[in-house]
Amino acid sequence: MNSTRTLVSPAVLARPRGRAVYWTVFTGTVVLFALAFLFPVYWMATGAMKSPDEVARTPPTLVPENWSTSGYTDAWDLMQLPTHLWNTVVQAAGAWFFQLVFCTAAAYALSRLRPAFGKLILGGILATLMVPAQALVVPKYLTVADLGLLNDPLAIWLPAVANAFNLYLLKRFFDQLPKDVLEAAEIDGAGKLRTLWSIVLPMSRPVLGVVSIFALVAVWQDFLWPLMVFSDTGKQPISVALVQLSQNIQLTVLIAAMVIASIPMVALFLVFQRHIIAGISAGSTKG
Amino acid sequence: MTKTAERPAPVRVTPVGAPSPAGDRGRRRLTDQLRAYGFLLGGLVCFALFSWYPAVCAIVIAFQKYTPGSDPEWVGTANFTRVLHDPEFAAAWRNTLTFTLLALLIGFAIPFVLALVLNELRHAKAFFRVVVYLPVMIPPVVSALLWKWFYDPGSGLANEALRFLHLPTSNWSNGTDTALISLVVVATWANMGGTVLIYLAALQSVPGELYEAAELDGAGLLQRIRHVTVPQTRFVILMLMLLQIIATMQVFTEPFVITGGGPENATVTVLYLIYKYAFLYNDFGGACALSVMLLALLGAFSAGYLRLTRSSEEATA
Repeated sequence: MNSTRTLVSPAVLARPRGRAVYWTVFTGTVVLFALAFLFPVYWMATGAMKSPDEVARTPPTLVPENWSTSGYTDAWDLMQLPTHLWNTVVQAAGAWFFQLVFCTAAAYALSRLRPAFGKLILGGILATLMVPAQALVVPKYLTVADLGLLNDPLAIWLPAVANAFNLYLLKRFFDQLPKDVLEAAEIDGAGKLRTLWSIVLPMSRPVLGVVSIFALVAVWQDFLWPLMVFSDTGKQPISVALVQLSQNIQLTVLIAAMVIASIPMVALFLVFQRHIIAGISAGSTKG
Repeated sequence: MTKTAERPAPVRVTPVGAPSPAGDRGRRRLTDQLRAYGFLLGGLVCFALFSWYPAVCAIVIAFQKYTPGSDPEWVGTANFTRVLHDPEFAAAWRNTLTFTLLALLIGFAIPFVLALVLNELRHAKAFFRVVVYLPVMIPPVVSALLWKWFYDPGSGLANEALRFLHLPTSNWSNGTDTALISLVVVATWANMGGTVLIYLAALQSVPGELYEAAELDGAGLLQRIRHVTVPQTRFVILMLMLLQIIATMQVFTEPFVITGGGPENATVTVLYLIYKYAFLYNDFGGACALSVMLLALLGAFSAGYLRLTRSSEEATA
């Protein structure tokens, strides 16, 4: 990796002038990244710890005068964050579970079991990639309403299964598994379900990890769909609740709630950053 | 891979007097099919209900007067003419297209340059990748609310920064002229991490010898970018562009949260208008007519995207 030649040649970088330019660019980039990406996050986290007077002051203070946690505790109690966080966790976990079960089974069938009209079904699934999800949100809402699923987490869980991207990712991975191993399992008398469970799935850990992260993040970040489906305030996920409550709540409390809403996904990212970044980077070359 | 050739071909032994193997095979095939469809069922039902059926629904309801709970009425193209005569219709399309264009200029040029620079840096690689992707993991609603606070004309950070630099302050998202571009800044900040990472990965696949050869031919830095980097990463650039167009044409969260479509409809987008028709005017026919129009345009872009990925796959295969 380090020896690969890039735009600028190593010979130029070795010269004193080249080195000076390199370190100038490096420092500039670090400062730019810190200002552009880290500072807003710092501003949010510390803004929640200022007093309501201090947060509205001009010019603003860079560091809170008194570090107070009342913004966070007020947000937790006043905005019923435990309820909304729990709703989000339930919605995300269910979507993850249904997607993993149904998409894996369907991908396995399409990849290995040769169902009649399999090509047609796969084509129909891939065609939905051409139809951006948001453009169909109103007829999808009407369908969910007809099924009586409004204000029900199933309205998040079941549509999440219709994710052509994840299904295709799984199918392509299953296609590439070595045939010998699967045939050996069948000769040993393992049924299809048994083969899937104890041979295919353990071999597919990397792709299952990627699909899991995509599934969780998608539900946690979504806004328009839960806004439509959950009119009942007590069932709304945190993204919808934040916007609904943002109108008439003190600024410091709102900022604290924003920080709390961000923590789970940012923590997930920091823990799995290497896998997530590798997954995104790999996605580019594989299409 | 040649190992399989050495293995003796399986010999099918049919015991003498076995009961009709053809009928047996037929039954086996039937159970195989039943089993395959058993595995497919859950996914198939979900796709049918939440992808295929709504797509048909959108087209049908676009020609109906539809109120939930009562029988739909056929109205011909009345929904389309009503929507087309809505003054917000032109505003929404103009805003959406301007937003897409600006997002392409700003939101594509910046990540492109950043990725080029990051690829040259040999230190703190992990730091840069984590930091640039951090905003992507912050829920879009939170980044929208965060920037709404920055744009606050009173105590917002954006005007503080301008005052600090002794520049005139701006109305940001509250001014008719500046609102749309303010939203583009938010969307770019929140989403560019993915573009940077994908483009960075593409840059790493450019063979180093090409740069060496170009350098021997006396090509300067910018010439090397133009004649080596860009042609070598052409597919990824085009793919990212199309993906970004498709994503930004569906923009909703930023205008809904930050400006509410205002001031004076300066930030109403097509998806926002669809939402308004359905949930404010209770006009589902109009909402579906709008959806069909958006669908047709986005479908064309998506088809282009799929063709591109397919041809790039063939090129690498």
